[in-house]
Order: sequence, then structure tokens, then C-alpha cells
Amino acid sequence: MIAATQIRKRFGLHPALDAVSLAVEPGQCLALLGPNGAGKTTLLRVLATLLRPTAGALRLAGVDALRDPEAARARIGLVGHGSQVYEDLTALENLRFWTAMRGADASRPRLLAALAQVELDAVADERTRTLSAGMKRRLGLARLALAEPEILLLDEPYTGLDQRGRKWLAEFLSGRKAAGRALVVATHSFADALAIADRVGILAGGRLVLDRPSAELTADGLFRLYGELTGAEVEAA
Amino acid sequence: MRRALGWLAALGLVAGLGAAFAYAPREVVQGNVQRVMYLHVPAILTAYLAFALTLVASVAYLATRRAGWDRMAASAAELGVLFTGLTILSGSIWGRATWFKGQALSWTQGWWTWDARLTSTAVLFLVYVGYLLLRAMVEDREARGRFAAVVGIVGAANIPIVHFSVKWWRALHQPSTLLGPEPSPIAPPIRLALLVNVVAFVLLFAYFLVRRVEIARVEDEALD
Amino acid sequence: MTAYARRVSLVLWKDLLTERRSKESLNALLFFALLLLFLFQFALGPDRERLQAVLPGLLWLGFVLAGLLGFGRSFVAERDNDCWEGLRLVPGDKSAIYLGKLLGNVAVMGVVELAVLLLFGVFFNLDLWAPLLPLAAVLALGTVGVASVGTLFAAITATVRARELLFPVLLLPAQVPVLLAAVAATEVVLAGRPVGEAAHWLKLLAAADLVYVTVGLLTFEFVLDT
Repeated sequence: MIAATQIRKRFGLHPALDAVSLAVEPGQCLALLGPNGAGKTTLLRVLATLLRPTAGALRLAGVDALRDPEAARARIGLVGHGSQVYEDLTALENLRFWTAMRGADASRPRLLAALAQVELDAVADERTRTLSAGMKRRLGLARLALAEPEILLLDEPYTGLDQRGRKWLAEFLSGRKAAGRALVVATHSFADALAIADRVGILAGGRLVLDRPSAELTADGLFRLYGELTGAEVEAA
Repeated sequence: MRRALGWLAALGLVAGLGAAFAYAPREVVQGNVQRVMYLHVPAILTAYLAFALTLVASVAYLATRRAGWDRMAASAAELGVLFTGLTILSGSIWGRATWFKGQALSWTQGWWTWDARLTSTAVLFLVYVGYLLLRAMVEDREARGRFAAVVGIVGAANIPIVHFSVKWWRALHQPSTLLGPEPSPIAPPIRLALLVNVVAFVLLFAYFLVRRVEIARVEDEALD
Repeated sequence: MTAYARRVSLVLWKDLLTERRSKESLNALLFFALLLLFLFQFALGPDRERLQAVLPGLLWLGFVLAGLLGFGRSFVAERDNDCWEGLRLVPGDKSAIYLGKLLGNVAVMGVVELAVLLLFGVFFNLDLWAPLLPLAAVLALGTVGVASVGTLFAAITATVRARELLFPVLLLPAQVPVLLAAVAATEVVLAGRPVGEAAHWLKLLAAADLVYVTVGLLTFEFVLDT
């Protein structure tokens, strides 16, 4: 479903991604770990067709994403650091806007159901300016759920979620996998990565230095590998 | 090839100067100052050529995303601004000498009248200076090309609209100045001299363009 | 409703809703226009006849300046929270976003212009009732003219540093023909002269509007996208 080949991305003279290749099949989840500045967000943005790679090939859901990004975009959903939230609109209105823009069913009951899923139904009619960062994140996830894309790209989605939220997210991601979607999740949390991912990748200095099935890794093993490959001082996640 | 073009342009300039000063007759009413026309008219024609090239290159860039087109668009626009500036300068000088003949002027007076052509050309100048400013302020090469291309297309599309609006506006407020710096197009020697100079300017433009595009290419490659 | 029309109306709905909630732009623009009115009066002196002679020019000068403020803010909301990215990721023809934004801008500017016109009418003793229809036509055509290029250039400069400087520098030269035509036509209309006298100006405005909107629709996707 996702096939990235030798992706390079340079910003001016600065090489952000260096010959990254990866593949994610339907029903699979790839977790991306890596220190800040390693290129996780850049990679996700390239996968989302927001950035055009300097070199390399990208196929998304069978579409050549570099030649026809519009067709690819219909198949992708992204939740980034900003959650695509308009602060002067209410939570419900935000969902209505983004869902209807994609041409998906934006009927009120459906939107309210999505809000209930992320436990934001109480603030449905509140302007999102009043919401906490974590709540905005959850709103972004609700938006993603409503869009029902074939490919889900999530940049540190666990941030700002409490225990219940994390549980909900894990269930949501499992559900998406079961429905045959392809997922890429960038995260700092080893535990979350191992829990949800079929493959684990480590990005360091713009290179994918590890790409292994999570079944082959233990928490300690991953922890050790991470330290070796990234040279970073890590504490148990 | 480039060198040949350079020599050709130099030759053209010499021929043009010769045609303007030696060959062409002294104009009856305005005197020798009318010879500024051999600079003024070719300059604006070359500027139009340059901006037409910018338009074509801008569209081509958006269609193909090849950096070469963006470099062409930028270089042509730069030269267009240069030639437009020349047009305004020469037009201003010509106008001062012609329209105010016989009047006593202080040194700061007489350099500008809101003549339709001069005004249109000034607006053109401002539009494309804006284009160059935009380019200077966007660092991301790819975004710069896209944004500049769109501004270039709007600028070019606006040229006829500006032309008509200024012409009609001028007609509202001023009886036509009969003694404007209008070329007398009938006399064959004048027409020939003009033609020689137009060709010379176009050659010069082509030469500058080729060199400028090359410099841009070297700059881009150095950053790669 | 087609998918395209739906997206246009969604963008329009969102922008108008935001404007109604925050009232940032509208209030500031109205106040700005009022200030301009006073500035013009003070700068040009109490001679009423002199002022009335230049009134159409002052009116449109005010609209253009207000437009600089108003249009420049077209995409400000999108800069927060990755909303700009969100718009880029919406599948389908991006020109729908341009059209929605344009309609929103025209609507807001329309309200400002109406208010300013009424104020001008009061302060300078104008008969706005008799020439109402032709006046509305001039205003509509002129506003679309300034808003169409304004919205496009606002999108371009939204992500550029020193946006506040670059936006006016790019927009004002492009608006010269609309300014000239709108002022000339307004002059004819306010003086109570037959509309036929301004016909060529109106046709020029209409043609210009067509050109600008078409260019905007065709090139917006390139502004938004990589």
C-alpha cells in the first residue's frame, strides 16, 4: 500500500532524508522511532505528499504519488503536530468542514458519534480555542476517523493523551489495521510502538537505520539497539 | 555560439548608433533631441519582448517544473525591468525637451508628465520590480519559482488592461498634446534607422539573456 | 450541488462564520475606513467643493487601502495548527478554495464599502438614492477586481517573510487599472450623468474581472501546492 523507494529530501544544503526506503502492506502498521531532528516529521510529510522529495519514488495505494498527488491524497489521512483545527470554529464545525471538504458524509449524527468516540462530545459546541492541546489532538484523530482513508499517517499521536486516550487510540489503530488499512505512526514511546506496530523502524540523521518486524524485537532489545544506532542517551520509554 | 551572439550584438549596436546619428535625418520640428526615439522605442519593444518571454517561461515552468524555465523567466524579467527603466528615462528626457520647448524651467521641473505611454510604462516597471522583490524574498527555490510564475502571469495579463485604462484616463484629463514625442513613422530613412536599432536591441537582449541564464544555472548548480 | 460547489460554499461558510465570531477584520476595517474619511477631510481642508470634486477618487482610495488590510488577512487563519496543510491535503480541484475565499472577501469588503458610502453620503451631502443601481454595479465590478488579485496575492505572500511589505508592493501596481476605471465610472454616476458615458469603463472593469478571476482559478493550485 505504501512503497517508498530511495527517498531523498534536501532543504537547501541540508539533507533531511537520505535514501529512505520502506514498505507497508494493507493491515500493517509501521512505527517510526528516532531522536528529534532525525527526520520523522519530514518523512511523514513526504509520505503525505506535502513535500516533494528531491529524489526517489513513492507509490500510495497503487497511485504514483509524485506524478498524481491529488489522486493519492484522496487515499491518505494525516494527523500532524498541528491538528488542522480552526480556533474560531467549534469542535463540531471543524469536523463538519474537514469531513465535508473530503466529500465524506458530514451529517450531524455521524460527527457527534465521532466526537463521542474521542470523548469530546461534551465540548462539541465549544470554540476549539478553549480546548487543551491534547483535546485538539483528539479532535484531529476524530477527523481522521471520519475521513476513513486507506492510509493513515500519524505524527506522535500519543502526545497529550491520558491513559484512557491512549487505550482508545490503540484500539482505534487496531481497528484500522483489521479493516485492512496501512498505518505509519511516528512516536517517541517504545512501548506504544511495540504494542501496535507490525514493523518498527528507527530514523537517525535522515537514514532508516533499522526496519524490522516487531515480533523479532523485545523491549530491552529495542532499547539497546536504539541507543547503539542513534548514539542517543535513552531512558526506558 | 555565445561569442558569436556577443559580436553580433556589438555590431548591431554600432550599426544602430550610426543609423541614429549619421544616417537618419534631423527632425524638422524637434531637432536633434528627437534622436532619443531611436533608444526609446526599441527599448520599450525589447521590454515587451522580455515580458512576453517571462510569461511563456512562467507557464512552461508551472507545466513542467523544470528549473531551466524558472531561470529563463527570472532573467527575462530582470532584463525587462532594465529596458523598461531605459524607456522611462529616455521618455522623460525626450518629453522634457519637447513639451516644454521655449519655457523656462528649473532643474527639477519638466521631467514627468502623466502622458499615457509614460504612465503605462511606469506601471509596468512597478509590476515587474515587484516580481523581482518577490523572488528576492522567497528562499525556497521551488516555492520561489511557483510564486514568481503566478505573479508573472498576472503581470502579463494585466498589460493590455493597464494600457487601455491609462489611455482612457489620460484622454479624460488632458487635451491631446500635439507636440508629444511621437515618432514620425512615414519617412523611410527614419523607419529604417528605427528598424536597425530595434534589431540591435533585440540582439543585445538575446546576448544578455543567454549570459544571465547561464549565471543563474551556475548559481543553482553551486547550491546543489 | 456538485462536489466543487460544495467545497466553495464550505470555505465561504467557514470564513464568514469565523468573521462573524471574531469580528476582527470587519470592525477594524470599518474603523479604518472611518479614520480615513477624517484624514481626507483634514488633509484637504474645509473647502467643500474641492472635496466633492475628488470624492470618487477618495472613495476608491479608501477601498483600496482597506482592501490591503482586509485581503492581506485572507489566509491568516490557515497559518495556525497546520490548517494550510489541511487545505493542501483536501483532494480535488483547489480552485474551489480560491473561489470560496474570493466570495468571502467580496462579501466583507462589500459591507465595508456600503458603510463607507453611507458615511460619505452623510458627510458630503451626496444623493446616493438616484444613482443607486449604477453605483452598485460599479462597486460590485470594482470590488471583484481588487479582491480577485488580492486574494491570489494574499495566498502567495501568506508564507513569505515580510508579508506585510511585499503584499502591498505586489498588489497596488496590479490594481491601477481597476482604480482608474472605478473612479472614472463612479465620477460619472455620482454626478448624475447618464450611465452610457461610463459604459466603456464598466466594460473594461468587467473584462478585467473576468481575466483576473480566470487567472486566479487557473493558478491557485500552484500557489497552494508543491
